[in-house]
Amino acid sequence: MTILLGLESSCDDTAAAVVRHVEGQAPEILSSVVAGQAELHAAFGGVVPEIAARAHAEKMDHCVEQALAEAGLALRDCDAVAVTAGPGLIGGVLSGVMCAKGLALGAGLPLVGVNHLAGHALTPRLTDMVAFPYLMLLVSGGHCQFLLVRCATDFTRLGGTIDDAPGEAFDKTARLLGLSQPGGPAVEAAAQSADPSAVNFPRPLLDRPGMDMSFSGLKTALLRERDAVVTLHGGLPEQRRADLCAGFQQAVRDVLVEKSRRAIAAYLDLAPADPVFAVAGGVAANGAIREGLQALCAGTGTRFLAPPLRLCTDNAAMIAWAGIERLRLGLTDGMDLAARPRWPLDTAAAPQLGSGKRGAKA
Amino acid sequence: MPAALRLSLPSPDATATLARSLAPALHAGDVLLLEGEIGAGKTHFARSLIQHLQGDRAEDVPSPTFTLVQTYETPGLEVWHADLYRLSHPDEVLELGLDEAFRSALCLVEWPDRLGPLAPPQALTLTFAVSGEQGRVLTVSGDPSRLARFQKAADPADAVAR
Repeated sequence: MTILLGLESSCDDTAAAVVRHVEGQAPEILSSVVAGQAELHAAFGGVVPEIAARAHAEKMDHCVEQALAEAGLALRDCDAVAVTAGPGLIGGVLSGVMCAKGLALGAGLPLVGVNHLAGHALTPRLTDMVAFPYLMLLVSGGHCQFLLVRCATDFTRLGGTIDDAPGEAFDKTARLLGLSQPGGPAVEAAAQSADPSAVNFPRPLLDRPGMDMSFSGLKTALLRERDAVVTLHGGLPEQRRADLCAGFQQAVRDVLVEKSRRAIAAYLDLAPADPVFAVAGGVAANGAIREGLQALCAGTGTRFLAPPLRLCTDNAAMIAWAGIERLRLGLTDGMDLAARPRWPLDTAAAPQLGSGKRGAKA
Repeated sequence: MPAALRLSLPSPDATATLARSLAPALHAGDVLLLEGEIGAGKTHFARSLIQHLQGDRAEDVPSPTFTLVQTYETPGLEVWHADLYRLSHPDEVLELGLDEAFRSALCLVEWPDRLGPLAPPQALTLTFAVSGEQGRVLTVSGDPSRLARFQKAADPADAVAR
């Protein structure tokens, strides 16, 4: 049996969690505390980030206390302390790493530094005990990439966005059309009453081989279509706005489905016994996109998996779990564990060069 | 010397070419405030510039909208790429350490209105506006000596000064 305390503070949220695992059995999340950012920033629509390292540090103590209390355990009952060591805003990452070092040193426990993206990428094993190798579409926050996960330390990036992440594209679409934030649910709701073919959006990079994606050009297309509507109608009628949302959503869906088709084909070349395509992130909550990806999986004999949203947004349970996987491999860190603002999961992959170096922007 | 410089950028490629032409003329302590609506090309300009500075070791240049700040070590020059849209108070600029970076790095700042009184006086403001199908019009204003340096560096670009 292995019990880990996990700490996460690389982005907007401060979080702590305790995960217990008996080999061969399903992992148990004994507690998963995320400091209440939404309440604190309700006046700002919940989008204001926690950028102050000091605030992270202050909250982290309470999160750890609460996570241990909810798990009914003391720190000495844990086998190690895992912490996000990057990538992220350096102030936040540092305060988490410092706190973890103090806890580990004080309790005489091993310290395990975890890559935040590895935490996301290993979540299907925490929630569904998925066997290696599996294919992952990681669409969390500002990220969007296909990862082939061969083991807890081997992630191959098959492709990803060369500019914006789709979640960001949804948010910015909402901003451009005067819809509320977060943009994903707002755009999806508006799109429901509309015709996705009323406005024709580009399908960036679809005509090129590979699994790279681009969503930045959709903003420009949307801007142009919106201004055309405004010029024509002297405003933005609700139905036209809904058509824009539906057309945009359809374009994102088509790109994600087609690029996923290619990623699945590459993955199936490995002949996995039980093929799994896991989609982690808010975009998996979009009905139209989810249906598209599910249909794709059904057609390729691949199991579609979308871990619960609360474990796809930033949380510390995934860090504790990734820590358990690393600890089992004998991978612990010393007191010299560094906080890293940049830390690609797959250091061997070619960088996803932006269109600036590739010639014409798709 | 005009108070402002207007450049016509007929395509995303023209924007990238301009960014590459400017790169050698930019130093630590230079601050470019990138203005313009969503989709106007602010990030495209910043990405082209950063990847050119990185040279053979070009890395991902993701949008900083979610992360607020992305920092890059390029040969001889540290680059900060910031998107301040999510900030609600200029004090948060200090928390991010941007005020220090304004002196020690090349800073590319999107949604710079959030800086309020912390906008550095030496900054150049680059305003991108959509023009036609693919084109943009870029207006550059700010510190006269830096503007002159900008204009000189921009000259070889495909962009047409008007």
